Amino acid sequence: MSAISRFFKSFLLWELLKGMRLTGRNFFSRKVTIAYPEEKTPKSPRFRGLHALRRYPNGEERCIACKLCEAVCPALAITIESEERDDGTRRTTRYDIDLFKCIYCGLCEESCPVDAIVETSIHEYHFEQRGEQIITKPELLAIGDKYEEMIAADRALDAPYR
Amino acid sequence: MMESIAAMWSALPELLRVSLVIQGKILLIIVPVMLSVAYLTYAERRVIGYMQRRRGPNRVGYYGLLQPIADGLKLLSKEVILPTNANRFLFLLAPILSIGPALAAWAVIPFSEGWILADIDAALLYVLALTAIGVYGVIIAGWASNSKYAFLGAMRSAAQMVSYEIAMGFALVGVLMAGGSLNLGAITQAQEGGLFSWFWLPLLPLFVVYFIAGVAETNRLPFDVAEGESEIVAGFHVEYSGMAFAIFFLAEYANMILIAALAGVLFLGGWQSPFPDGTDGLHWFLVKTAVMAFFYLWFRATFPRYRYDQVMRLGWKVFIPVTIIWIFVEGVMAWFQVGPWSV
Repeated sequence: MSAISRFFKSFLLWELLKGMRLTGRNFFSRKVTIAYPEEKTPKSPRFRGLHALRRYPNGEERCIACKLCEAVCPALAITIESEERDDGTRRTTRYDIDLFKCIYCGLCEESCPVDAIVETSIHEYHFEQRGEQIITKPELLAIGDKYEEMIAADRALDAPYR
Repeated sequence: MMESIAAMWSALPELLRVSLVIQGKILLIIVPVMLSVAYLTYAERRVIGYMQRRRGPNRVGYYGLLQPIADGLKLLSKEVILPTNANRFLFLLAPILSIGPALAAWAVIPFSEGWILADIDAALLYVLALTAIGVYGVIIAGWASNSKYAFLGAMRSAAQMVSYEIAMGFALVGVLMAGGSLNLGAITQAQEGGLFSWFWLPLLPLFVVYFIAGVAETNRLPFDVAEGESEIVAGFHVEYSGMAFAIFFLAEYANMILIAALAGVLFLGGWQSPFPDGTDGLHWFLVKTAVMAFFYLWFRATFPRYRYDQVMRLGWKVFIPVTIIWIFVEGVMAWFQVGPWSV
C-alpha cells in the first residue's frame, strides 16, 4: 500500500508541489530586507563603535592620564603621553587610538575610573588617507563634544545594568 | 509628404520591397524579444529575492528597472579575453551559434491570428531542429576554449541537452497527433473553445514532461549542471568573458522565453482566450508566455540541483517511457474515436 502511494506521490510530483507551495507563500510574505541608508536596524545603547573622549559639564576634560586603558587594551591600540599641567593636575599631552588595531572590545571604557574614554554608537565612519586611522586627542575630544548628548543618553539607559 | 513617400516606396524594385518588409517584421519580433530577455534577468532576480523574503535589486532607477541596462553596459565595457591556443574562429563562433537558433525559432511562433513571420507547415520540426542546433554552440564553446574544464562541462551539458531533446520531441509528437498538423497556427486553431479544450488537459503528462524537459534543455535549475553556480564555477563557458559570455546568457534566457511561448502555443491555446466567448489576441499569448516563464523562476527559487546521474536517470528512464506510453494511449484512443481526438 505504501509502495503504491509512494509511486503515485512521486508521479504526481507531490513533494515538488509542496516545495513550490512553500516558496509561493514566501513570495507574498513580508520582506525582511532593510533598505540601509534610508532604514536602519535598532541599535543597543551598549553598541561599541567609534571612540570619544568626554568632558565634565564645566568644560574640563575628564581624562587624568592614569593609563589604565592603555594597559588593559588587548590590541595595544592606545598610546598615551602625559605631563603635569600648570595647576598641578596631570593631563594627557597625547592620546592616540589606532582604529585599525582596535578590536572594539570596550575594555578601555570599562577600565576608565572617570568615564573619560567611551565608545559611542557611531559605526559609519571612513578614512580617505593613510594615517587617518590613528585618531588623536583633539579629534577624540571633538567627537565627544559633538555627540555628548547621545553619549550621555546611552550611558543613562545602560546605568541600571552596570 | 505621404504621397511622395508612397511614390518612393513603389519606385523600389519588388524584391527589395519584400525584403524590407520582412526585415521590418524581424525587427518587430527581435527587439521585443531582446527587451524581454533583458527584463527576464531582472524579473528573475526580483522574483527569487521575493521568494527568499528579500527585495532584490531596487537601486538602479525606479524599482531597479534600469538594472539590466546597467548590467549590459558593464558587460559591454569588459574585455573579451581570448585564451592562448584557443581556436579564435570557433571560440567566437560558439556564442553566435547559441544565440542564432534561439532567435531564429521565433520566426514560426504565431503571436496572434495571422501574426506570424513565416507561416510554414513544418513549423514544429523547424523549432525542434533549431533547438537541436543550440547543442553545437555548447560543444564548440567547450572545445574551442582549449581548457579541460570547459571541455568536460561541454560534454556534460551536451549529453544532457541531447537526452532531453528526445523526451521533448516525443512530447511534441503527442501534440501533433492531437492537433493533426505541424503548423503552429493550425495547432492553435485546433484548440479552439476555451480553457478545457486546450491540449494541456488531455495531454497533461506530455505537458508536464515537455515543460520539465524544456527546463532541462535550457540548462536551467534544477538541471543546471552546465553552469552550476551554487558549487562549481561554470561549465562550457568558463573561459568566456565580457560580451561573449553575456551572449551565452542572452541565448539561455531567449531559449527560456521560447520554451515558455511554445508551451503556451502547443498546450495552452496560444492567442486564444480561456473563456469560450472572450476576445482572442496577442495579450493572451503574452499572458501565457509570462506565466510559463514565471514557472522557470519559481522552479529556480524552489528546487535544489539534480545530481548528474539523476538528471540522466530522469530523462531516459522516466520521461521517455512516460511519453511513449501516453502517445500509445493517445493513438489507441484516436483509433477507436474516443476522447477529444477526432483525427
